[in-house]
Amino acid sequence: MKQRRFLLWLVLGLILISVYVDVPSKIHLKFDFSFGKPQLSWLKVDQEINRPGFTWNLGKYRFQRDLEIKKGIDLAGGTHLVFQAEMGAIPEADRPSAVEAARDNIEKRINLFGVAEPLIQTSKNGDQYRLIVEIPGLKDINEAIDLIGQTAQLEFKELAPEASQASSLADFLPTGLTGKDLAKSEVKFDPNTGQPVVGLKFSADGSQKFAEITGRNVNKPVAIFLDEFPVTAPRVQEKITTGDAIISGEFTLDEAKKLSIQLNAGALPVPIKIIEQKNVGATLGEESIQKSTQAGLIGLLMVVIFMAAYYGRLGLLADAALVVYGLLTLALYKLIPVTLTLPGIAGFILSIGMAVDANILIFERMKEEMRVGKSRIAAMELGFGRAWDSIRDANVCTLITCFILFNPFSWSFLNTSGMVRGFALTLGLGVALSLFTGIVVTRTLIRTFYRKEKIKS
Amino acid sequence: MIRWMRFSWLYFLLSAIVIVPGLVSLLMFGLRPSIDFTGGSLLEYRFGQEITSNQINDFLKEKGFDVYSIQNSGDKTYLLRLPALEKEKVVEIKNLLTEKTGSEPQEIRFEVVGPTLGRELLIKTIVAIILGALFILSYVAWRFKNAKFGVCAILAMFHDSLVMLGSFSLLGHFFGVEVDTLFVTALLTILSFSVHDTVVVYDRVRESQKVFPKTPFEALLDKAVTETLSRSLNNSLTIIFMLLALLLLGGVTVKWFVAALLIGTVSGTYSSTFNAVPLLLVWDKLSQKRKNRRKI
Repeated sequence: MKQRRFLLWLVLGLILISVYVDVPSKIHLKFDFSFGKPQLSWLKVDQEINRPGFTWNLGKYRFQRDLEIKKGIDLAGGTHLVFQAEMGAIPEADRPSAVEAARDNIEKRINLFGVAEPLIQTSKNGDQYRLIVEIPGLKDINEAIDLIGQTAQLEFKELAPEASQASSLADFLPTGLTGKDLAKSEVKFDPNTGQPVVGLKFSADGSQKFAEITGRNVNKPVAIFLDEFPVTAPRVQEKITTGDAIISGEFTLDEAKKLSIQLNAGALPVPIKIIEQKNVGATLGEESIQKSTQAGLIGLLMVVIFMAAYYGRLGLLADAALVVYGLLTLALYKLIPVTLTLPGIAGFILSIGMAVDANILIFERMKEEMRVGKSRIAAMELGFGRAWDSIRDANVCTLITCFILFNPFSWSFLNTSGMVRGFALTLGLGVALSLFTGIVVTRTLIRTFYRKEKIKS
Repeated sequence: MIRWMRFSWLYFLLSAIVIVPGLVSLLMFGLRPSIDFTGGSLLEYRFGQEITSNQINDFLKEKGFDVYSIQNSGDKTYLLRLPALEKEKVVEIKNLLTEKTGSEPQEIRFEVVGPTLGRELLIKTIVAIILGALFILSYVAWRFKNAKFGVCAILAMFHDSLVMLGSFSLLGHFFGVEVDTLFVTALLTILSFSVHDTVVVYDRVRESQKVFPKTPFEALLDKAVTETLSRSLNNSLTIIFMLLALLLLGGVTVKWFVAALLIGTVSGTYSSTFNAVPLLLVWDKLSQKRKNRRKI
């Protein structure tokens, strides 16, 4: 009994949390119950309620969500690009860091356009490296592609002789030492202090140039520019002739990694070639989202009516469970967050069907038990128990498919396309949640409401 | 109780009537792959004024563009299919159309897919299906403690993929419907839906086998079908409601995706009851025969 009451509270609590998450972030409340009487003016409400996002700090881990639905390219409009990295000139061992550097560099370039939240992924297929770039709502895509497609330029610059201190970027002059002379950069640790530092390794040619540059710049900064933007300007402490340099500073590990990646963008420049491009105009996306939402709601209404008509009061309870299911799913989409695409919406719709299925299986079992002459309550508990085997086995099969489609470990022999993944994610989440609502929520609702019905009659 | 299994041949015949035309079409015409598989360009423009596909075709042919097809996809809106284009060429096409029609067309969609990606997608899909089938087969066989359940469930699943592939081959030949990544997703979904449905029926067989170990297998199958048929129909109806709403009211981009799901759902519902279960009977009879032969 205690456990049952706990479940009821759990369900209610979850509903409340998900309603909080689900509501739009801005609601304008306006009503007037004062009927013009001044003493009742406190009943007049006209204000905007802002629902803040979540920010939790759990030790080092920071959980922050603005609780908005993320829309994919096909819904919001935007561009999907796939670039192939030409790795021919880069030694095999350095390829992963080279592609990582290219990714970082593309991100920086896209940010120049002021685009919100570009998505850039790397994927490996066989021995080919690819970069997948998704940019929401960008108008002039050709310009962006040109910029993204350029290979990174890394340059070492020194202070002009007349400038004693760096007051502007123009004070730095090219030294002739470029990314071509840099073999590779990696994060190292200072053996004395254990602090992370960034190591530079120059080619034979580069070592000579670097020795000259450091020689004439002792106690002066040497700046490193990536695509004409300064990345770092460490002060030279002594002439370095070995071709192995270390940039030290108060780096955190993440900062050191980031700097090393940026330097690698110049050291291991990867030419990239565009192999796929998809543009979706914002209008098409808007049209689809509007129509699909409308269709989804109508479909849902039909399901609700059907359930109520076929299963009567039980059907209504199942409908209530379905609403809870909808609330929970939406909340989960916002919390994870799931990027919603058209196939994703289809996956969600299909999962509604599967959520209903769990209920139908249970009700059919209950009906059967009642036909055999069991009491309502006994039939209910038996129905749940009997239906569980088939619900579990059937849903595990769907989850297996979702797993293969989602390809969580990015196995290169399986699909890694965002579209298929979006579908698998929403379907998988839907199935998992439907197990929860089918078993816990419906059951709790039935125990609470169906039982009382019995006592009254 | 209705003796469903006496009409096993009828169920297989019905499946054959649906599958054979599709299969013939599949062998004769094949599928119509979209640029997701072949590589190529897809441009969708909304024009400022009335224009016919022939006119667009003439404009482009004049400049030496190789046009695969032009399709009206809405009010003054056309879908152009071309080989994979450089982006300079796309700008050229847009300028050309602006010049010829007097106003700049609105670019609704623009896709270029390199030919290598397509083949990869195809191979990955086949791998995914085989892998999925293997996993599901072993899971079902393990859960039901008998390989025949797993194998028959997978056979029913392939029935549904044949129905879907066949009907899209026919749709492709007669209505120009293409097979794209979304279709692949639909195919994989239906495979899992079909198994989902089959497992529910098999679960009844498993349960009855425990409760009535003396009853002949055929009678157990009849019982399981009787007990699960209304659930199976109700469940499929709810999914069909959702899909129908999407098909009739949803956006253009998902239309054929939803259609594929719809065909698959109907096929999956049918095959779970009327293929997967009779197949168990066929398996049972065959293994009985082999046992008898061994005795002689």
